[in-house]
Amino acid sequence: MNRFKALLLPLSAILLNTVLAAQVPESPRTKPAPTATPAASTHEIPKSWEKVPIPTLHKFKPQEPRRIELPNGMVIFLQENHELPLIEGDIRIRGGSRDEPADKVGLVALYADVWRTGGTKNKTGDELDDFLEAHAARIEASSNTDSTFLAWSSLKDNFDQVFPVLLDLLVHPEFRQDKIDLTKQQFASFISRRNDDVDEIAGRESTKLAYGADNPYARNAEYYTVNAITRDDLIQWHKRTIAPANMIFGMAGDFDSVAMEQKLREVFGGMPKGDPFVSEPIAFHNPKPGIYFVEKSDVNQSDINMIELGIDRHNPDLFAVEVMNQLFGGSFASRLFISIRTRQGLAYSVGGGIGASFDHTGITRFAMGTKSGTTAAGIEALRKEMDRLITGNVTAQEVKTAKDAILNSFIFAFDSKEKVLSERMRYEFYGYPADFLEQYRTNIEKVTSADVDRVARKYLHPAKMAVLVVGNAKDFDKELSTFGKVTTIDIAIPQKKPEKQTGQLESAPRK
Amino acid sequence: MKIFVRSLAFLICFLSVATTVHAQDIASFEKRITVKKLANGLTIILMERPEAPVFSFFTRVDAGSVQEIPGSTGLAHMFEHMAFKGTHEIGTTNWPAEKAALEKVETAYNAYLHEKLKEVGRDDKKVAELEKAWQDATTAADEYVVPNQFPEIVESEGGVGLNASTDRDETTYFYSLPENRLELWAYLESERFLEPVMREFYKERDVVYEERRMSVDSSPQGRLLEQFLAAAYTAHPYGRPVVGWPSDLHAFSATDAINFFHKYYVPANMVIALVGDLKPAEVMPMLEKYFGRIPTRPAPEPLRVKEPPQESLRTVVIRDRSQPIYLEGYHRPDFHDLDDPVYDVLADLLSKGRTSRLYRSLVRDKRIAIEAQGGSFPGSKYPNLFYFYAVPTQGHTADEMAGPIHDEIEKLKTHDVSDDELQSIKTRAKADLIRELGNNQGLAQELCEYQALYGDWRELFRQIDDLDKVTKADIRRVANKTFNEENRTVAKIVTEEPKPESPAGGKGEQQ
Repeated sequence: MNRFKALLLPLSAILLNTVLAAQVPESPRTKPAPTATPAASTHEIPKSWEKVPIPTLHKFKPQEPRRIELPNGMVIFLQENHELPLIEGDIRIRGGSRDEPADKVGLVALYADVWRTGGTKNKTGDELDDFLEAHAARIEASSNTDSTFLAWSSLKDNFDQVFPVLLDLLVHPEFRQDKIDLTKQQFASFISRRNDDVDEIAGRESTKLAYGADNPYARNAEYYTVNAITRDDLIQWHKRTIAPANMIFGMAGDFDSVAMEQKLREVFGGMPKGDPFVSEPIAFHNPKPGIYFVEKSDVNQSDINMIELGIDRHNPDLFAVEVMNQLFGGSFASRLFISIRTRQGLAYSVGGGIGASFDHTGITRFAMGTKSGTTAAGIEALRKEMDRLITGNVTAQEVKTAKDAILNSFIFAFDSKEKVLSERMRYEFYGYPADFLEQYRTNIEKVTSADVDRVARKYLHPAKMAVLVVGNAKDFDKELSTFGKVTTIDIAIPQKKPEKQTGQLESAPRK
Repeated sequence: MKIFVRSLAFLICFLSVATTVHAQDIASFEKRITVKKLANGLTIILMERPEAPVFSFFTRVDAGSVQEIPGSTGLAHMFEHMAFKGTHEIGTTNWPAEKAALEKVETAYNAYLHEKLKEVGRDDKKVAELEKAWQDATTAADEYVVPNQFPEIVESEGGVGLNASTDRDETTYFYSLPENRLELWAYLESERFLEPVMREFYKERDVVYEERRMSVDSSPQGRLLEQFLAAAYTAHPYGRPVVGWPSDLHAFSATDAINFFHKYYVPANMVIALVGDLKPAEVMPMLEKYFGRIPTRPAPEPLRVKEPPQESLRTVVIRDRSQPIYLEGYHRPDFHDLDDPVYDVLADLLSKGRTSRLYRSLVRDKRIAIEAQGGSFPGSKYPNLFYFYAVPTQGHTADEMAGPIHDEIEKLKTHDVSDDELQSIKTRAKADLIRELGNNQGLAQELCEYQALYGDWRELFRQIDDLDKVTKADIRRVANKTFNEENRTVAKIVTEEPKPESPAGGKGEQQ
């Protein structure tokens, strides 16, 4: 549950060891269906895997965290776990990069970095480093599109030394200028490196196509937007967001939750409520259909993405969509994996699904990597599978296999106390009912093959999707123009603010 | 974010405990752990951890890419992919017919390859005919395949985290299931290593080639690392890529893969660890029944080749379109060496966290790198390398990294580390071990690795005794012994904008 930001640049694309499968997006899971036949094994080897007895699953009631709501609006979750002598937790605070001004993109990420490295009024960030490392403890801040986080991990014995540091950072951060300068320089370096990796380019550009280059979920930090950020912006952001009503606090570990509640009431009870954080509404429009191309001359594999808008998780079709995703692009047994990887050998990494985000429209994305010489074949293969899916021929067996996979693995959504805490915090943050997981399971069970056919037709529009190819055009099997009008995306990194503001610069259609 | 990790030596540096703690931990683990070596030589470790009704397993085979011979590099990894293709029962509609068809595929492939590789007198028309005959035979064999039935069973029974990994020293297989599927797991995992079938081999070889394109050919870091290791090793197979050289990925056969399996997947080379909601005394007889079926085979010959001492500086310069990276490495002894814990302390001192020396020097103070670290790789069973790695800040070159790195090395050679630094490393090692003990999959992996390499899982805890004994004098002695110019290999990416007429990047040179 801790969200420790990687301290360093994630260049983990170096695969020293090779693994069987690239990660495919995972969907939330469902509790095991009760299985019959508890026939005890006689230890004779059955003739077939289907004859192996599957007893009833041991009874299990996950331990719910203690939920406390303070009069000032702060919500606290306490999850005791006495297995190891550790105490860990985090504070999630409303307000993220989607809420920063367009001419200061990068503000919230910079804020989170310097929140920690800039230290407090009493101690510099470097002094905090020394103190924490000597105590084998960690405190890190991080951010995403809708939140910032302050997380910690400490040995139980050091909790009383570490927790005051966390509070000091929460209330008295200093945002020292030297660390702002250091982090800005690092951000500029990240920007300068953003076109080195094919996957990074494809992910970034496909998101901009799906949402629009100026959409707050898609836009990128640029040299000039980072440069425009001042120390005062960070201080103002802190003032705007750090208020009990905007915070959810969760901790897990080796403590007594009654005593801890008392302690936390004393610490946080006196904080003034503050103003609730309000996000501006964000509009979403489907991408303009067509072929989009990014030239990358130093690769021999094309990254292909087909994208359009997905759904919000509040949508009652979510459950049928999850089953569809599982059987179509989300597993070893999925149609895309079997057809494009196993049968045709066209890709190592292939998959995708209809995107469903917690509080906004997700991105539907199908992606694969294939050698330059089968780029067109790859696009055709993806389209063919999508066309086949929307004709509505999903079999009852496919649906059963997909539902079994979701329901039988559902236990893994809450097989540790930390996961239970994490889920509860997430539902609290996004305003979902506390029993959402249970509802999820019940609703997955009800999904029929007709439902899957219906949502496939409703949400998948292969002919209208944007197709993005990042690759080395001179080795393609066919001109991309055989698929329609090609828009070349210029990914050159702008050195300064363009005359005409907007993301047009980076997606200027070219002939 | 650790980059070159996954070698055990690196793992060990996270895994050490103050003496008082580890004595307790061993005692508490003793009660819950059962180890049994079966009559055929296979070792099973069971640990009871009833946090939730689930379990995880980790199977480790003591064979990796170092076992490969020239012309067949990538074969260990290729077999790992084939271990998901099913058995005589799973994945086929008619095994006897499929078996006959697969034999025809092999005959046709051998004829094709023989003609294709002829240096003298090759008949290209004949090559084309033989290639077609081979492909026709493949199409005929594919008629009997139920694609991906093996992973489909695992997934539909609730399996999560299904994957495998091939490294230089080892091949590993792992996933998690609900506890009531334990016997089903025993069936599937033992059958997989009892009668693996090389179906769809040549399509899967294409998939693996796509994996190479993704992780090496189209990745600047991947290209750098491959060239670096090829330069650092002249005799030992650590210098060859795990994924295999391109020529070999177009040559080796299904027969080569099954022969590799028979030679190296012998029970005495295998350790399996299971952790979760299981009662060791109750389930061990059942597991013994299933895994006892794997026939005893003679243990393979140990590797004969030893890397000769390096006697001069080696340098690889990759002129590339991507941003600069600097890497250097020094030969160091294997994990059995008495100085192994000293290298672990060095890695921690140089790389771990915000107080580490390379971070403070290159990233924080000099501001010339956004990332800098050091450690051991690419394996641990054989003499390996201690590396230094730096990612330059925008505007700085790879060459500028060398001086400050060498200054840090000089400091290690000439000045004692402080008592505080050494103590802090030992304290953190203890805490980080505790942090590793809280989940089934992680525990299964560690127990398995330590049992396999040291012959006793307790070594996981005992390592700290060795680490505790490391002195300031040891650090200076080992630094002086290891970090010398004639023992150094350097690899760097030097950024070069493409010339308009020759856009292909990735051109390298060796000096």
